[in-house]
Amino acid sequence: MDETADYPLELTGEDVPMVRFLNVTKRYGPLTVLDKLNLDVAEGEMVSVIGPSGSGKTTVLRMLMTLETINGGVIYVDGKPLTHMPKGGRLVPADPRYLRRMRANIGMCFQHFNLFPHMTALQNCMEGPVQVLGLPKAEARARSEELLEMVGMIDKKDQHPSRLSGGQQQRVAIARALAMRPKVMLFDEVTSALDPEVIGEVTNVIRKLVAEFKLTMLMVTHQMGFARDISDRVCFFYAGRIEEQGPPDALFGNPQRERTQQFLSAVKDAG
Amino acid sequence: MGFHWRWDFTWQILPRLLDATLNTLAAAGIGYGIALVLGLVFALAQRTPYRMLTVSVREAVEFVRSTPLVLQIFFFFYVGPQMGLRLSPWVSGMIAIGLHYASYLSEVYRGGLEAVPKGQWEAATALNLSTRDTYARIIIPQALPPALAGMGNYLVGIFKDTPMLSVIGVAELMHTANSIGSENYRYLEPYTLVGLIFLLISLPTAGLIRLFECWVRRKLGMR
Ligand SMILES: Nc1ncnc2c1ncn2[C@@H]1O[C@H](COP(=O)(O)OP(=O)(O)O)[C@@H](O)[C@H]1O
Ligand SMILES: [Mg+2]
Repeated sequence: MDETADYPLELTGEDVPMVRFLNVTKRYGPLTVLDKLNLDVAEGEMVSVIGPSGSGKTTVLRMLMTLETINGGVIYVDGKPLTHMPKGGRLVPADPRYLRRMRANIGMCFQHFNLFPHMTALQNCMEGPVQVLGLPKAEARARSEELLEMVGMIDKKDQHPSRLSGGQQQRVAIARALAMRPKVMLFDEVTSALDPEVIGEVTNVIRKLVAEFKLTMLMVTHQMGFARDISDRVCFFYAGRIEEQGPPDALFGNPQRERTQQFLSAVKDAG
Repeated sequence: MGFHWRWDFTWQILPRLLDATLNTLAAAGIGYGIALVLGLVFALAQRTPYRMLTVSVREAVEFVRSTPLVLQIFFFFYVGPQMGLRLSPWVSGMIAIGLHYASYLSEVYRGGLEAVPKGQWEAATALNLSTRDTYARIIIPQALPPALAGMGNYLVGIFKDTPMLSVIGVAELMHTANSIGSENYRYLEPYTLVGLIFLLISLPTAGLIRLFECWVRRKLGMR
């Protein structure tokens, strides 16, 4: 019946990846969005995902954030199954409690920030640490203020999102996600909704993260220059599969596949 | 006979009517309290993943909304005893009116909940908030401001519907005015006074609700 019953209960041995997609399939009705996707992300690695619109990039992140259900295969995080849980020596679909435990490993930033509008920047950052991690208020505040400082938003900590620009909101959203101390950070086109002149303030924060934290990151982006600069590896998605992947200089400088070449030259022409 | 206003009679019956006003306010307040809580239960029940529950609550809400309140009041008071449920006029009245307005309010809540962007749920999941915290701390505070106008309308609505309780003998304003009228064969003064009392309470209430709405929005940082 369920093919995933035979998948490993956990990943062991040398080089267990922080994230592993194993034959992951995602369908919306008749539409297969991800088709037996295999993707590993090593601990501390920064992987960029590029590709045409509708190729399934967002879906990859949403599945890892457990915002979508899975139709086939298994996702592992830090060696343990995420979408499934071990039961009676086999893998069965994860129940809400198990999901909640595993989800603590992952943080996500969205294209449209999704800050809580009825809370200040600081309250947004403290919400998870206090309510979920059970930190004392003072500790959560100290942690949040430190992160708001890092993203350059400490001066605006008592402002509500409606009083902040898009770039400022996104920086608060990054601080909010980091306050949960995730092992894996996901960025879904975090600069796509921003005015061009403020994109830099968000990309600079991500650069800082790469330089200072040993976080595993998976980033969907349309900014090829930025992806080339900071990624350890770039994956080019096409129609729900990885068409080509490699180190940024190789993928951008010498793409092997025709579709990659076409996509990259189309993006270059567009701007 | 003519259309002759008698001031002495007016002053004579006023204390009794003001007394009954307290009952009317109590009926509206208790009924609204029941409706506020029960309405939320109905709205949340319709969002659970249990199909049996969501469908039956939705059908029940639809049923209550499309039948007259006065029928529901009669039903609890007169049919209740036949089913072994003997309720006083006050209790059956409060159940009927609370249930009736809970159905309306559940739709108001539902509208408010649906107005909260999907991204807010996703952010709450990404932060790993529990379902309870997600509702209590993220979703409901945002669903409230757009629901407040509708909630306020139904507060005035329930207040204006309390005279229906007179049909089962709850001693609220309308019932008292009827008694005064039949005891004295004069209806002009008691009915006019009842109308004035309703007006004097409804109008400021509507204004206060609007102020409250602004205050909540400001409090939640949403202008
Ligand atoms: N909730 C959904 N229901 C139906 N189809 C969806 C849904 N979400 C995404 N899709 C479809 O899945 C495909 C991949 O979407 P997505 O992962 O958002 O692509 P990308 O981020 O690469 O632009 C698209 O064809 C999109 O229309
Ligand atoms: Mg996308």
